[in-house]
Amino acid sequence: MKTDLLMNFSVDKENKAVNVKREFAAPLSDVWSAWTEPEILDLWWAPAPFKSRTKSMEFKEGGKRLYAMVGPDGTERWSFFDYTSISPKTNFKHSATFCDADGNPNSEFGSSYWDITFSEQGELTVVDIHIKRDSFEELQKIIEMGFKQGFTSAMDSLDKIFEARK
Amino acid sequence: MKRDIFQAIADPTRRAILVLISSTALTPNAIAEQFQTTRQAVSKHIKILNECDLLEEKKLGREIYYQLKIDKMKEIDQWLEQFKAIWEQRFSQLDQVLLNLKSKENEN
Repeated sequence: MKTDLLMNFSVDKENKAVNVKREFAAPLSDVWSAWTEPEILDLWWAPAPFKSRTKSMEFKEGGKRLYAMVGPDGTERWSFFDYTSISPKTNFKHSATFCDADGNPNSEFGSSYWDITFSEQGELTVVDIHIKRDSFEELQKIIEMGFKQGFTSAMDSLDKIFEARK
Repeated sequence: MKRDIFQAIADPTRRAILVLISSTALTPNAIAEQFQTTRQAVSKHIKILNECDLLEEKKLGREIYYQLKIDKMKEIDQWLEQFKAIWEQRFSQLDQVLLNLKSKENEN
C-alpha cells in the first residue's frame, strides 16, 4: 500500500537516540488501541515475514509486556517492556530489554527507553517516538538477529508482486 | 580485540578525529594538536579507531599519516537505512490494521 503519510526518521548518534514520527489516517482512539492492546499490536509490530507473539501483557504503570518476534523458521527472539508511565491517549513510556522466554533479562545488550506521544492533527493522528539506548550495539544486534535477512526477503516478494503487475 | 564502528562513534573525541581525518591525512601529532587532552589520550583513541578498521595508514618517511576509510563509515548509513526500512514496513502494516479497524466500526 502506497501512502503519502509523512514519516520522519532521524538518528541522534551523540545521544544514542532514534526519533521516528509518523502520521496515520485514523482517529486517535484507534491508533492508541493499536499500540496498547496485545491482539492488535501483534498484527503489525513485527515486520513481515516475522510475527509478533505476545505471551503476557498488562498495560498499566508497573505492568509488563513479554513477547517474541518469531522468524519464518520458527526462531523466537524474546523481549519485555516495562511500562513506566501512561497518560491515556496522550503518551506512554516503557523500557525494552532482550530476555528469554521466561522474561529473564539478557543484560549483555542493555535496555532501550521508549517515549511515545500521540496527538490529533485534523483527520490524522501523529505518533512521535523517541527511543534512547544504552548502546548502539544493541540496535545493531536487532538487525543481526535476522531482521536484515527477513526484511530483504519481504522486499523481494514485494518486488515480485510489482513485477507481476507490469 | 574485535571492535565495531559503533564503538568508534560512541565517543565525542573519536567523532572529532574522524571529522579531522575525513578530508586530509594527518600524523598522530597533528591530530593531537587539535585537542586539549593529552597526547596519550589521543593516541589511545587512534588505536581504537584503528581496531575498528576505520583508518588508512600511510607511511611518508618517518611519519605515519592516518586517513579515514570512507567506505567503512558508509556501513553505518547503510545499517541505519535498514533500521529505517524496518519502521517503514512496520508502519505500513499498521496502516492496514487501522484501515480494518475503521471498516469494522462502520459495520456496527
